[in-house]
Amino acid sequence: MEQHTRTDAYTDHYAARAAGMVPSEIRALFAMVARPEIVSLAGGAPYVSALPLDAVGGMIGSLVAGRGAEVLQYGSAQGDERLREHICEVMALEGVQGSADDVVVTVGAQQALDLITKIFVDPGDVVLAEAPSYVGALGTFASYQADVVHVPLDEGGLIPSALRESLARLRREGRRVKFLYTVPNFQNPAGVTLTAARRAQILEICAEHDVLIVEDNPYGLLRFEGEPMRALRADDAERVIYLGSFSKTIASGLRVGWVLAPHAIRAKLVLAAESAILCPSNFSQLAVREYLATQPWREQIKDFRELYRERRDAMLDALGQFMPDGCTWTRPDGGFFVWLTLPEGLDSKAMAPRAIADRVAYVPGTGFYADGTGHRHMRLSYCFPEPHRIREGVRRLAAVVEKEIRLRDTFGGAARIGSTGVHTPGPDVV
Amino acid sequence: MVVLAGGLSYEREVSLRSGRRVADALRARDVPVELRDADATLLDTLADDPPDVVFPVLHGAAGEDGSLRDILELVGVPYVGARPDACRVAWDKPTAKAVVRRAGLRTPESVALPKEIFHDLGAASVLDRILGRLGLPLFVKPTRGGSALGASVVREAADLSAAMVGCFAYGDTALIERHVTGTEIAVSVIERDGVPEALPAVEIIAPAQLYDYTARYDAGDTEFVTPARLSPDAAERATDAAVTAHRALGLRDISRTDLIVDASGEVYFLEVNVAPGMTETSLLPRAVSAANLDLGAVCQDLLESRAG
Repeated sequence: MEQHTRTDAYTDHYAARAAGMVPSEIRALFAMVARPEIVSLAGGAPYVSALPLDAVGGMIGSLVAGRGAEVLQYGSAQGDERLREHICEVMALEGVQGSADDVVVTVGAQQALDLITKIFVDPGDVVLAEAPSYVGALGTFASYQADVVHVPLDEGGLIPSALRESLARLRREGRRVKFLYTVPNFQNPAGVTLTAARRAQILEICAEHDVLIVEDNPYGLLRFEGEPMRALRADDAERVIYLGSFSKTIASGLRVGWVLAPHAIRAKLVLAAESAILCPSNFSQLAVREYLATQPWREQIKDFRELYRERRDAMLDALGQFMPDGCTWTRPDGGFFVWLTLPEGLDSKAMAPRAIADRVAYVPGTGFYADGTGHRHMRLSYCFPEPHRIREGVRRLAAVVEKEIRLRDTFGGAARIGSTGVHTPGPDVV
Repeated sequence: MVVLAGGLSYEREVSLRSGRRVADALRARDVPVELRDADATLLDTLADDPPDVVFPVLHGAAGEDGSLRDILELVGVPYVGARPDACRVAWDKPTAKAVVRRAGLRTPESVALPKEIFHDLGAASVLDRILGRLGLPLFVKPTRGGSALGASVVREAADLSAAMVGCFAYGDTALIERHVTGTEIAVSVIERDGVPEALPAVEIIAPAQLYDYTARYDAGDTEFVTPARLSPDAAERATDAAVTAHRALGLRDISRTDLIVDASGEVYFLEVNVAPGMTETSLLPRAVSAANLDLGAVCQDLLESRAG
């Protein structure tokens, strides 16, 4: 008797929102990236080895030994109160004045994104996002069946006139726009920063259209040069929901982020958080609280800045030296990422396997667009590899691009890898 | 006993999953087994603590091109599966096609060309000649490699160029084959006491008629039918073809042959795998189940036969 089976026997059981949750061959290629032979310019992992690990270890040991009954217990859904007070001190460094009562501690800022999307977005609602936008946010929006409409950015960040046009068009079409998602500082993936003048314009445009702003600011304190920018939230406490994170300034493995929201929204977020996770990890929260209370964290952030500045310089120097004509790239003043644009007719996604064969990895631009575009772009990270590895990686990448140009000249255009699925790498490279 | 999985190939992730599945199946039978990656520490480990026998479940280059098995021969560790010279022949698809053709099997007409030739002679004129000779539809894939990475069906002449570029993402030489439409099947062969025996054919019904990487490992809408819905004659020819390929290529212990059976019942050889996928969605484990065998028992028998 013949037997019929399927790749996934549970296909008919899944919810509609799971339909798009399909990995792709590009994702599989990233299984190779962890091997030391490959220079990975793909990962967005902070260089946590730069932390004073002995001191942090001692601190965590004493925390458990001395206050284990509290540290290892459940906590409140909103998060530890004293940690929330510390968070207000951290936000004040970027001009944000908020009450600890309006802060919700989350499992990384990623969970804040999830909770915000959960409470605001019905299937088919519009979320506005920069083009390109953070891959992890796009994944969250997709999981709630949002319709992401991209708004272009340039060297000065999100373009206000394009935002105005998009909002006007969407209004004419009768669409429900729930919020604008933006990473104003050293944007992931483009590396660009929203100018001060544009910040004011964007607040004004969103006020005109009564659209909320979700301001995601994980990199703001990692500025190498130029003057710090006032957060959008600093100038509009009612319209802006502000996301912060300790992943880049302390340690990504602790998974502690937060959201600062207008009071009513905060109340909904706490209820949503409670149903999702009961409460964030007390262990992680108290480790962060203790770190902020006892360790020279401002000095540590300065050390991180110097470390990442050196790596950014290594990347920009190598790009200038090795990349063939026709390639352009952004010049970040902080953060982790450079956004590279390939010559006409090249496709970063189609090129990815060749690059990995030549022992260098990047994230193809397509992962940062919800609409399947971005083939000519790629994100290069300088946060994790040592400067000499960055240089070697860029040298290898330049050789791959040269070969790709030759292939384009032979066949007159690049192929698109045609399969379906989420063309993004896994969580190790967000 | 050691199960080797991972390695540095495009199919690393699949291999890690295959290795885990084989190790779990063996452990369920109380076979002590260590799961290891093929990395810079491998040789030292094999020297310091030589296993009785190795089961290589490495897909893609190194695992299937014979080189890793050459290393195992060098260090004198017994292993399951084909010897290096046979692997090299099977790994190169045009060579394997030539060998099985001489052994009497049909295989779709094809041409294998490196990317340089397109550059040197002009892609447009070379592609024109290919279309003139082989017609449409075509199947384009790298001459080496698996999991359908870089593979595509070309139904319109205008799409051939893009298919070539997609193929060259995964290899420097392309096999351009006349695409035979029909029932796509895979026949696994396992040796018992040195005699190759075919397991029931598995029929693959892929979405959009392309059993690509996503369809193989992730998407839920690929359907498998075991045993394949073939006439008794066609089923027998398919079984014979897989055993003939296994023998003609000098393979050993385990292989999986991919075939197409056209509407008239003719069987066409596409390619053979010396380290077939062993993941939860792979074809060989489905064939093992269809034969009412236990994957762990099959793997254990193979290991014990090589451990001597």
